[in-house]
Amino acid sequence: MEKLNNHQPKIKIEELNLSIGRAKILRDINVEIPKHKITVILGPSGCGKTTLLKSMNRLTDIYSDIRVTGKILIDGEDILHTTKDVTEIRKKMGLLSQRPYPLPMNIYKNISFGLRISGRRKKQFLDKRIEHYLKQASLWDEVKDRLKEPAAGLSIGQQQRLCLARGLAVDPDIILADEPTSALDPISSQEIEKKFVELKNGYTIVLVTHILRQAIRLADYVIFMYLGEVIEQGPADQFFKSPQTEITRAYLKGSIN
Amino acid sequence: MSLWTFVILLSPLIIFAGLMWKSSMLLEDNSIWKLIWSDSWKPLSGEFGFRPFILSSLWVTLISLVVAGPVCILSALHLTYFAHSRFTRIMQPAIDILAGIPSVVYGVWGVIVIVPFISDRLAPLFGAETSGYSILAGGLVLSVMIIPFILNILIEIFNTIPVELQEASLSLGVSRWITVRAVLLRKALPGVVSAMGLGLSRAFGETIAVLMVVGNVTRIPEGIFRPGYPLPALIANNYGEMLSIPLYDSALMMAALILFVIVLLFNLASRFVIIRYENKYR
Amino acid sequence: MQRTEELFFRSLMLLSSALIVGVLIMIIYSILKVGIPSLSIEMLTQTPKGGFYFGKEGGILNAIVGSLYLALGSTFLALVIGLPVAIFMNTWLLRRKKLVNTIRFILDLLWGVPSIIYGAIGFTVMIMMGWKTSLAAGIIVVGLFVLPIMIRAIDEGLKASPLGLTEASFSLGATRTELGFRVLTRQCFPGIITAILLSFGRAIGDAASVLFTTGFTDNIPTSLGQPTATLPLSIFFQLTSPIPEVKNRAYAAAVVLTVIILLTSVLSRLFSSKYKKQTIKF
Repeated sequence: MEKLNNHQPKIKIEELNLSIGRAKILRDINVEIPKHKITVILGPSGCGKTTLLKSMNRLTDIYSDIRVTGKILIDGEDILHTTKDVTEIRKKMGLLSQRPYPLPMNIYKNISFGLRISGRRKKQFLDKRIEHYLKQASLWDEVKDRLKEPAAGLSIGQQQRLCLARGLAVDPDIILADEPTSALDPISSQEIEKKFVELKNGYTIVLVTHILRQAIRLADYVIFMYLGEVIEQGPADQFFKSPQTEITRAYLKGSIN
Repeated sequence: MSLWTFVILLSPLIIFAGLMWKSSMLLEDNSIWKLIWSDSWKPLSGEFGFRPFILSSLWVTLISLVVAGPVCILSALHLTYFAHSRFTRIMQPAIDILAGIPSVVYGVWGVIVIVPFISDRLAPLFGAETSGYSILAGGLVLSVMIIPFILNILIEIFNTIPVELQEASLSLGVSRWITVRAVLLRKALPGVVSAMGLGLSRAFGETIAVLMVVGNVTRIPEGIFRPGYPLPALIANNYGEMLSIPLYDSALMMAALILFVIVLLFNLASRFVIIRYENKYR
Repeated sequence: MQRTEELFFRSLMLLSSALIVGVLIMIIYSILKVGIPSLSIEMLTQTPKGGFYFGKEGGILNAIVGSLYLALGSTFLALVIGLPVAIFMNTWLLRRKKLVNTIRFILDLLWGVPSIIYGAIGFTVMIMMGWKTSLAAGIIVVGLFVLPIMIRAIDEGLKASPLGLTEASFSLGATRTELGFRVLTRQCFPGIITAILLSFGRAIGDAASVLFTTGFTDNIPTSLGQPTATLPLSIFFQLTSPIPEVKNRAYAAAVVLTVIILLTSVLSRLFSSKYKKQTIKF
């Protein structure tokens, strides 16, 4: 595995074990996620990749009977054992889900929501930011005349871009994406994929997917999971061209789905 | 089997028709608006004004919703989004037991606890004198009775919202409570309103417990410390006199009809909204 | 500032849930407090001597036995009509989703109709037919009142049975009726038991539906045509008596009724968890 010793990894997970109730979901996870790259977490369904993703911004806190041990270091700081409020930690990361979940408000308010809660309420400031992020998500031209209309009225591809803009609006460093194109048509999927490639210069992107082709297209770095464990991780070229383990080879050939 | 199913489908209509038919004699001499609006209830003189009873029912129901509503909303939010599973495991049987306690038993509790509480402790605080048998007593007892009902519906409503919406808001760095207040509650609003509507219809029709504490005095209540006479209590108390005074039975059936229609309408409207709300997420 | 709002509402929510549990405990405590001193062997094994209104001796056996007869009879009636209908809804009508959902909707509406309306209609019919107040009349009226509950509860249990089981039985050549009774009933047995217990609890505790229809008496009925005492009415009629011995009978009846309800609730939970192990796990 190529050592990332010129930069500190953006996210470093050490000995992470996670169970919900009796079920052990993540087992001895050790991964490093490099800065300004697209890291793809790959694996068949049920392997725990979504849980791993969501543990990175502690969304897993929602479950009351959850037990987590280990460390999750973001920029060197362990977010599992910190005195900081979890909302501060979450602002560093934006989430894009499988299906778009626009907030029950108009387009303008969807994007400004995160900002307003943090106390930024000046209209001029918000107007500028909203335009900026909608442009970043390539949605501005389509919605600039209807910012006050309900977000639910947009098409599903537009909604996903809206959710992207909304997530970017709180100025995260990291984008967490959970199979973000699985509910979209091919054209919208392509648009989102293009976005990720553009965005990686400014953000660190962690993408969960079970679509092998998408991983091949987008990944700079791959983490392969199976049954709650990390089987292999490394730079994309290395991973796809010379997989190290039997399971990886079987998966890439299509025998495990 | 299919016959019974058919009967079931038509039963609300059958009930409506039956009550209508029985009230029709009263409607021959009096217009329906006069009956609902008039506050003069003198059966021996043939005067049947339903207003005192309708107003009493409305007052008692309103009090019960004002008390039970916020408590149920807060508790439902607590149980769905904040409580440990240990707590919810205690709550569920507690809610079921509250739901199963018979009306009379609530009435007994009302008589031995709530009525004295109002007459001895509460009313003096407001400078009022009362025996305790009052609209307020009816409203308070009723509020406890509708809590399990509304609570269960609200929990179901909140559980319908996909967890991903909560995750989306939390990911923006928004705290749990603000997520609940600004996003989830907003999304659940139609459901919450219908839960209140269903609570209202349940409260409106409750008979025995309220009857036991409300005083049963035929007058438009002057305040919550004064006694009242809700519609179901009217029917329950006077069924014995029904046959001795002309048109009395028709009047009581009319009361039943008014009750039936109000309960049915609120029930229908609320369930309709809930169905539409749930269909959005399935 | 966000923090204080969060803290404030979190405590308010916890308080609301705790309040609800607290009220339940308070209600049960107050009932037990007045009722247990009134309990004695005589109370439970004798009928009131000297008339239930004035008699100072004897107990509430009339009401206990009467209520059991009534509740068992009406639950049985509701089961006999309701089980086939519920099965019908989930087998023959399985394909006609819209029809089944309409039936469910109407059953939910009927569930919301206050029991006094059933009682009032029942009384009217009894007058028209010249029937006197009797156990039979009570069983029919309460049975009809409880029917929507029985059907819906069994239906919920049947609904939970995965479709695959139904399809599999179809392909094995079972006729629709065979399929209905054998397979579904066995799989959904706990659901049916829960429905029966739920209906029994409602039937035994309701006062408004028996008020006009079963009458009241000091004696234990020996035939269906006789009036019957019931626990709810025993409380209702005797609670406000100035004679302490009479009042005590009311309190005792309240305790007995509450205990019966708590038992049904516990049994219902036990059944659903015990039998869940015997059904096929999906």
